Amino acid sequence: MEVLVVNIQGLSTNPGDLPNLHNILKQAHDSLHAESIRLLPLLDMLDPSLHSLGFLYILEACTSSALSKEQASAVVLPTARFMNSCSKEQIQLAPEKFISVCKRFKDYVMQLEAPMRGVAPMLAAIRKIQSSSEHLTPLHPEFLVLCLLSKCYKAGLSILDEDIFEVDQPKDLLLYCYYGGMICIGQKRFRKALELLHNVVTAPMSVITAIAVEAYKKYILVSLIHNGQFSTSLPKYTSSVAQRNLKNICQPYIELANSYTTGKIADFETVAQKHREKFDNDNNLGLVKQAISSMHKRNIQRLTQTYLTLSLQDIANSVQLNSAKEAEMHVLQMIQDGEIFATINQKDGMVSFLEDPEQYKSCGMIERIDSSIQRIMALSRKLTNMNENISCDPMYLAKVGRERQRFDFDDFDPVPQRFNI
Amino acid sequence: MDADDETTAAMIDDEIYANGGGEDENRNRPIISGEPLDVEAYASLYGGRTKISRLLFIAEQSRGCRNEAMELEALRMAYDEVKKGENTQWFRDVAQKIDGRLGPEYQMDLAWCESVDRRAEQKREKLENELNAYRTNLIKESIRMGYNDFGDFHYSHGQLGDAFKNYVRTRDYCTTSKHIVHMCMCSILVSIEMGQFTHVASYVSKAEQTQEALDPITVAKLRCAAGLANLEAKKYKLAARKFLDTGHELGNNYNEVIAPQDIATYGGLCALASFDRAELKACILVLLSFVFWNKVIDNLNFRNFLELVPEIREVINDFYSSRYASCLDYLGNLKANLLLDIHLHDHLETLYDQIRNKALIQYTHPFVSVDLNMMANAFKTDVAGLEKELEALITDNQVQARIDSHNKILYARHADQRNATFQRALQTGNEFDRDVKSMLLRVNLFKHESNQKQSKKS
Repeated sequence: MEVLVVNIQGLSTNPGDLPNLHNILKQAHDSLHAESIRLLPLLDMLDPSLHSLGFLYILEACTSSALSKEQASAVVLPTARFMNSCSKEQIQLAPEKFISVCKRFKDYVMQLEAPMRGVAPMLAAIRKIQSSSEHLTPLHPEFLVLCLLSKCYKAGLSILDEDIFEVDQPKDLLLYCYYGGMICIGQKRFRKALELLHNVVTAPMSVITAIAVEAYKKYILVSLIHNGQFSTSLPKYTSSVAQRNLKNICQPYIELANSYTTGKIADFETVAQKHREKFDNDNNLGLVKQAISSMHKRNIQRLTQTYLTLSLQDIANSVQLNSAKEAEMHVLQMIQDGEIFATINQKDGMVSFLEDPEQYKSCGMIERIDSSIQRIMALSRKLTNMNENISCDPMYLAKVGRERQRFDFDDFDPVPQRFNI
Repeated sequence: MDADDETTAAMIDDEIYANGGGEDENRNRPIISGEPLDVEAYASLYGGRTKISRLLFIAEQSRGCRNEAMELEALRMAYDEVKKGENTQWFRDVAQKIDGRLGPEYQMDLAWCESVDRRAEQKREKLENELNAYRTNLIKESIRMGYNDFGDFHYSHGQLGDAFKNYVRTRDYCTTSKHIVHMCMCSILVSIEMGQFTHVASYVSKAEQTQEALDPITVAKLRCAAGLANLEAKKYKLAARKFLDTGHELGNNYNEVIAPQDIATYGGLCALASFDRAELKACILVLLSFVFWNKVIDNLNFRNFLELVPEIREVINDFYSSRYASCLDYLGNLKANLLLDIHLHDHLETLYDQIRNKALIQYTHPFVSVDLNMMANAFKTDVAGLEKELEALITDNQVQARIDSHNKILYARHADQRNATFQRALQTGNEFDRDVKSMLLRVNLFKHESNQKQSKKS
């Protein structure tokens, strides 16, 4: 073992020696696994940032067998330090090992019931293993789970704000979007939550998974809260399994959505009460309550389209609230949240609805429009590039060639399966 | 029209302050349509089957309103008419409905029924034999007439389905366009009686497609039928156009289906519910010509229903000149009698609602602000009800306005196009963003899937 350590220390400094080191480590793999947790003291001799590859192999061997609570807590600290300070280039040589180490780290942290300890290291780990900020690693969902459990939502949001375009494993994406949706719901960023959940529901899949079902349930509720409506027809590009099965599995939610569209709060509440247990089991009761309050809001918003001034009592009557006081509270809350523009005259109990003061003339607005334009142009370019790439893809060309229409004699020539240029 | 313009010019001052409020001074028209319908006069406008079916309809409606006098009057006339014909089923129905209330002459006459049925059976056999003879001889014209006779026979005995089938069968044996037109007219007649207006529409178009020019009366009849079909299909604008296009050449020639007054009534109501102002003005002129024509023909005996036509014209005139209160008043008065009409009955509520909504919209259209109290006066309703009606119209986007509920004023509101455009642009940008990103993601997943499949294969 000492020989190994010496080798690691010696060969890690020079990048040219790294492949050599890597081979040695691979050969030592089985003997390391045999030692397992007893290798822990070796770690003290190594520097995680300089000897990352070696450190990784030894750490992986340590954690390969199941550990007791004390052993886990002993491992957690060095692992965290490693994840924070390891060298990116060395890690990239053995990505699967790194990922499995991080995953086990997450398990230990949960075992010790201290998820918050894992948040920062996991974030660092993601940065180390990502090939670009658009790359989704298997560590992303693990990170989000830790954020959820430790209620560090803001950390989760920072990752979610980055756009993802490259995916290794579809399952990672589904989990990532689902957990991401939950975090956004927690932070009341319903638009982003809707986007993420939409991605889960419409992702290509050949069988219905539990993730898709749960995501669909939340999707329905968030759609009601954010948009005030829900259409049961999924877009064309949804997989056929999803289109056929999701609605049947989530029947109580569909019923709830239907009663929302009628606009009658009493009906909605009866349906919510009827299926209360199911919602509770799915942990969606909070969302249902938010849907009810969003219904009030939407009704009040509709009033702003028709009236210039309206008494609080009339508002209470048309929106089916219990008293003018309650109406006043709702309106006040909505004014503070910026959802309507109005002034309340307490003397005669009148609310005056005002127009949106946004004139679209300020510098800030111009900057916002400009940045939107730039962003969309970049996205558009990306789309064109992807289109070009696919059109040059040999597999695509072969398939198209096989299935094309034949109008001319030349069309009957076979399309070359490979392009050996 | 000119006389009206002068009087309205004089009344303008009054009307600014109380729109439609000054009803009494210049109204020397008798409001006779509030009177109950003279069933005899009404029925004499029609002939054939429609007379009896309209009478029966009136009887049923009166029964519903518990107007026994009218019900019995209608049933009595129906009984007399049915006995002149050969429809024993109808006879039995009418006798049952009368239920002995009209005395001994109007009882169930089984002897009559049996003799009519026997004669019918004999005739049917004779017709069938004749038809078979013609069919074996393969003379097209005779076969056509044979089927036609059969159709007429079934029709007079109330077997409408069989009648229709026979008329349609003549199609294969029609040689001239006159035959085709005749077949179409018969089919249309039966379809109207059966209430199957899709057939009516198709046969009307078939008849209109014949190569030879049709005579004006037939053209008028076809337009009428088309109008009825549109009315039943709730296409009120098209129905109004068709009815108003029917010229006076129709006269009494189609009274087995419809009376000329009906054309004016149906056309006028549908026009009021669906036309814009320019078309409405043209409609008034057409109706004027109806009235004139009717006065020329000797219809002095039938005052009540004749007077209905100038009523409709006045209603439209009022609407056009913004005298909404009187317009809606008149419509209210006419309602009871119009509900007794077999074709209008199902559509009257909808038409009235549409007319009222149009009145509300037209009232608010020229103003920047409207005092709801005055408007409620003009429409003879209370402010709360008016507010609810306006709220519905605003939500439906038919009125561009906002209600100031505190001061009870309606303010016109024109959407700020510039802001709306900016808002929409930003929103579209966001949607594009979102959609393209998820699209790229999905492409990636697909590629991944297909790569996996590829690697599994190879």
